Amino acid sequence: MTRVLIPNGAIGLGFDEAALWRGVDMSPDVICVDGGSTDSGPHYLGTGTSKYSRASTMAEWRILMQARAKAGVPLIVGTAGTCGTDNTVDWMYQITCDLAVEMGQSVKIARLYSSQNAGTITNALDQITPLWPTLPISPEILTGCTNIVALAGAEQITAALQSGADIIIAGRTTDTATIAALPLMNGDHAGGAWHGAKIGECGALCSTNPTSGVIIIDFDATGFTVQPMAIGAICTPQSVAAHMLYENSDPNILYEPGGHLDVTGAKYQQLDGRCVRVTGSKWVPLGRYTVKLEGARLAGYQSCSLVLLRERHYVENAPEWVNRLTAYLTGEIKSRMGLGASDYTLEFRLIGQNATLGALETNTTTPAEIGVLAIITAPEQASANEIAKLCNPFLLHYPLSDEEPQATFAFPFSPAEWDKGPVHEFCLNHILTLSDPMDAFRLQTDEVKHG
Amino acid sequence: MAKLGHITSKIRSKNAGPFALTIDIFSDDADTHNAVCKALSTARVAALYKTDEADIKRFELDTLNVLKFSMPRPTIQGSLTDRDMHASGWAWLLAELDVNI
Repeated sequence: MTRVLIPNGAIGLGFDEAALWRGVDMSPDVICVDGGSTDSGPHYLGTGTSKYSRASTMAEWRILMQARAKAGVPLIVGTAGTCGTDNTVDWMYQITCDLAVEMGQSVKIARLYSSQNAGTITNALDQITPLWPTLPISPEILTGCTNIVALAGAEQITAALQSGADIIIAGRTTDTATIAALPLMNGDHAGGAWHGAKIGECGALCSTNPTSGVIIIDFDATGFTVQPMAIGAICTPQSVAAHMLYENSDPNILYEPGGHLDVTGAKYQQLDGRCVRVTGSKWVPLGRYTVKLEGARLAGYQSCSLVLLRERHYVENAPEWVNRLTAYLTGEIKSRMGLGASDYTLEFRLIGQNATLGALETNTTTPAEIGVLAIITAPEQASANEIAKLCNPFLLHYPLSDEEPQATFAFPFSPAEWDKGPVHEFCLNHILTLSDPMDAFRLQTDEVKHG
Repeated sequence: MAKLGHITSKIRSKNAGPFALTIDIFSDDADTHNAVCKALSTARVAALYKTDEADIKRFELDTLNVLKFSMPRPTIQGSLTDRDMHASGWAWLLAELDVNI
């Protein structure tokens, strides 16, 4: 049997600290936490940076390092620093070293690196298969990525555990890999290991009290049992089974390196009013070992401006206003800056009308006001900023028709425009076949001695 | 006629990776779930999201009283034309849809 303590869905989200210490008192075999995902967009992978602040990460990691010291078991973070590049693994390592000094802890730290070199991946192009929906891949596309990572599975976490590390800081991993690794290493049921890992990857989201964070999962020879650690929180067959749907295209299948999980035959049983027992999940090996690749590249630089329409006449005719304004500004940008359609993009989004859904919006209610968000994207920050400045007087005064008096709209800021910096985009949706799971990953261990 | 969001307990949309969108429609009981499955055709969902019906996967999860749809994301997450990084807003199109229940 393997007992896994999971404090929350990702470092930075917070957790119920009393619930964590209750979990530590139950003698877990390992503590696992996720550190990221692609869910916040391509910026983090594109720049190799963390979404969560250093202060938040440090505050939670400090408690987890204390929990590790008390429990005397390994502590694992997967996808360190949101995107799991080598840069964010080292960022997390530095935080860990600083905290070890602060708390006088001596620890053996393993770093698992997931970043990929574009040249190496180019040489392995014949081992790469696209996933659906299919995106193009070429040496130029790979060279154009600012970062490429491969998603590690249980095998690479197992290698880190076998190094005898107290703390494992893993680069990009699948959401489930850190949790599934030790149960698989201990010979627990493979279907149960992966299924329990998926149910537990967001912590207490599989319970009735999602924000409490902390859960414990017991893995064994036939399945797993999950229980929340917060007072009053419960897991029900419904709350547990429903998590298999979360952020997953197929509610019964989950693809992982080396195979897939099939939960079609899973049975969920309520135990003692707060725990749920799950059996009948199946692990289906693929017969070859594949890892998913993620890549992001620079898509340009952006400047934005926001102007508010409050006058009823303009609120009711906002789409016509931005169409007329766009046509006028396109001409002005051409004549004043010599820039055409291929040099930049200028987009207006009507906040209050259809900024979330665009052309799909079905609600035609007229709001009290509309925020017009201008988004300019250009190959350089300076030209995006120039275009935004050129637009400014027209965003302030442009009339709906030539026959009406000059209008004036509301800018919430001075200056009215701001530079958003580089904007990145995801550009890989592929899997890479490896002859050995460690082929695309590197492990480094260090002893950090203090106190 | 009723708004789908009024008769179901929860409708959520989320990214399933940067390239796919998944929508879960939770009902409180089997009768509501069955009525929702009957009233909401895949073709109607395709029209609502302006996507090809053949690209939509439909799952009727009777033990959970959940109807689930997955499809290619209308825009790739975080691309220049994307408006909703976490794909949370697409649920509201279904919540405000009139269904014959």
